[in-house]
Amino acid sequence: MIYWQIFLAFFIPGIVGYGGGPASIPLVQNEVVDRYGWLSVSEFSEVLAMGNALPGPIATKMAGYIGFQQGGVLGAGVGIFATVAPSLILMILLLSVIYRYKDSPKVKNMTNYIRPTIAVLLGVMTFSFLATAYEGIGILQTIILVVASFLLLEKWKVHPAFVIVGALGYGAVFLA
Amino acid sequence: MKQVQLFLAFFRVGMLGYGGGPSSIPLVHKEVVENYKWMNDDEFADVLALGNTLPGPIATKMAGYIGYRVAGLLGMINAVFATTIPTIILMIVLLTSLSSFKNLPWVSGMTKAVVPVVAVMLATLTWDFFKKSKDTLGILNSSLLVIASLILLEFLNFHPAILIGALLLFALLKKDRAVKHEQNVERGVGL
Repeated sequence: MIYWQIFLAFFIPGIVGYGGGPASIPLVQNEVVDRYGWLSVSEFSEVLAMGNALPGPIATKMAGYIGFQQGGVLGAGVGIFATVAPSLILMILLLSVIYRYKDSPKVKNMTNYIRPTIAVLLGVMTFSFLATAYEGIGILQTIILVVASFLLLEKWKVHPAFVIVGALGYGAVFLA
Repeated sequence: MKQVQLFLAFFRVGMLGYGGGPSSIPLVHKEVVENYKWMNDDEFADVLALGNTLPGPIATKMAGYIGYRVAGLLGMINAVFATTIPTIILMIVLLTSLSSFKNLPWVSGMTKAVVPVVAVMLATLTWDFFKKSKDTLGILNSSLLVIASLILLEFLNFHPAILIGALLLFALLKKDRAVKHEQNVERGVGL
């Protein structure tokens, strides 16, 4: 019974939440706090804050943790499955069709037409990350980190892993 | 071997992506297109577009599909596992043992410092997409589409899924007419 509830609690945000994991956070809150009462609002914000402090996708981190809390390892598995599987199956089906016809001019046109929109979506995301950085650490630190990481990534072609680890070190020392 | 590479690629993506799934997009691009060359830029663009059109978390959709493409069902499970499980274990351990972890000043400093780096990576990817679209559609058409998308998405609050869906449909229908037109020209009809 609890596993079925865990499945439903994360299946609905996964299938309704457009715009990636972060968009589904309020939907998850609606299920686990309001409907099932597994967590209080303050416990939920605790989990969310921890999720934000750690790397990796937010939605699955929440599903895994809350599922684990309610139903152990199996509960965690059910939570992750419900979050990931439905949209992933749809994705694989649709892309298999596109891939089969990948040499057709229609499919090539599709790729060409959506590219500017994807550029805009990525550009908007860039802007919101910059705005978050500005709010969190101020204009000076943001500029320092932007310029430094741009030079490292684009001019000197350093692998992003090293740049991110470097930024983590910088943050631990200078932004604490 | 493929499975080990898949695991490593998406483990790195999962452990380095701060700020939720969307921040992992440039990292996935780096691993999948540049590092292991499992896909070219066009295929990656399709994956990203469809990932944005469908509901649910974007990081696991990309991981799952790419894993499936590279190494079948096991590859899919492997890539989703590598993206999600390590950070979930971290989360469970930290929340059950030391829940004050996230309040430590150096931890929040670390998380904040990564945000501008991700912004730079996203900006680069944005520029790549724009350049590529300039090369295929021409500067005028791509600028028009960029401006139209920006207005629709940001000022009129259109949902990206609707816009992308409409563009895909337009591509399907428009080509039909163009093909017919070419056939007409060949037959000496029209013009």
